[in-house]
Amino acid sequence: MRDFIYHAPTSLDEALSLLEQHGEDARPIAGGTAMVNLLKQNLVYADHLVGLGGVPGLRGISRSNGDLRIGALTKHREVERSADVASAAPLLAEAYSRVATVRIRNMATVGGGLSHADPAQDPPPALMALGARVVLASTGGTRELPVEDLFVDYYETALQPGELLTEVIVPAQAPDARAVYLKFLPRTEDDYATVAVAAVARVENGVCADVRVALGAVAPTPVRATAVEAALAGQPVTPEAIRSAAEAVAGQVDPLADFRGSSEYKRDMAVVFTRRALEQALGLGR
Amino acid sequence: MTTLDASYTVRLTVNGEAREVQVPARRTLVDMLRYDLDLTGTKETCSVGVCGACTVLLDGEITASCITLAVQADGAEITTIEGVARDGELHPIQQSFIDNGGFQCGICTSGQIVAAKSLLDANPSPTEEQVKAWMMGNLCRCTGYYQILESIMKAARHDA
Repeated sequence: MRDFIYHAPTSLDEALSLLEQHGEDARPIAGGTAMVNLLKQNLVYADHLVGLGGVPGLRGISRSNGDLRIGALTKHREVERSADVASAAPLLAEAYSRVATVRIRNMATVGGGLSHADPAQDPPPALMALGARVVLASTGGTRELPVEDLFVDYYETALQPGELLTEVIVPAQAPDARAVYLKFLPRTEDDYATVAVAAVARVENGVCADVRVALGAVAPTPVRATAVEAALAGQPVTPEAIRSAAEAVAGQVDPLADFRGSSEYKRDMAVVFTRRALEQALGLGR
Repeated sequence: MTTLDASYTVRLTVNGEAREVQVPARRTLVDMLRYDLDLTGTKETCSVGVCGACTVLLDGEITASCITLAVQADGAEITTIEGVARDGELHPIQQSFIDNGGFQCGICTSGQIVAAKSLLDANPSPTEEQVKAWMMGNLCRCTGYYQILESIMKAARHDA
């Protein structure tokens, strides 16, 4: 690891000022599970690290008008175990509980994970399927984005130098919606997904309503499967409709070949796991 | 003006004792424990937070000390394998690893025991499935998993 200067701000304003002052030369660090790895492997060079551990007000989960508001410094493990998350968006508790191992989830933060933007992470597809938004703050003020607009490219986000992700806002799951997160793990239980699918759906009088599907690990960013959603909108729930809609995901993914499988294999698995997720979310699965 | 090679004061509690250490910002927690505090029971193996050998408790929670910076632990309470035995008496989990052949080469053992202790402290009578789920991030390259599982299950029954 190269040398760097470590800052330990004690307020959000101080943290944002440091990020503004040092721009491209600065990186925020929260839990460090991603950043320390990147620094160790010389994949990130930063002269300034802004440690967020001492910044108050960014850790914790609350309910507001039905929405969940999750502070950026909230640990993965806290989302997994939160009673508020379990009641408002159990899909999210499931997705966060599937990240790596408990040792990582004790340290890794919600904001850090999303800012890291590894396309194989578990939370992003769930957050996208739930229609979550993120709050980005800088010395100039704050802005809000749908979470899918945060992800720009492989490990690249819409965050500008000087900006910090401070909060995630998650609408509660509709009481009559079913949600499912499927993580295809052909190797080990603590691995990144080979293919991951999150689906949230509601059925009205036997017809698909409000179907949202998102995938991880199958493209340079997590992907919202809009073609699948469009194919199902207003359709009667039948195995044939689901099978045919799931096929549409093949055109929306662009998997990287790696030791978990070839691009072609992952594309095929994306179709299979999208179909299974839809069957469960629409009430036809086991 | 702070320079890149500046040193930082880290004040923390290690195994119940207040410590103060001067480190460069890039010092990892495992290196600080091993090289600055001479607590070499904690091992660094994969160096990327995957294998669990470097497990310590940070404010009571299991943590990969190889991907944690020492400066991040300022003000924290750390427990290492050296803090598991008390007053010269092995912890029941340590004794159980001895009695049940829970280690072979020993490199992963500190991490296995610290992780298992953390589980049993929170859940004194876990099911075998719960133990497997909790311990899945502690790799044993001698592949002595059955004995490790047995060591933990037997220690759990003693506690319960």
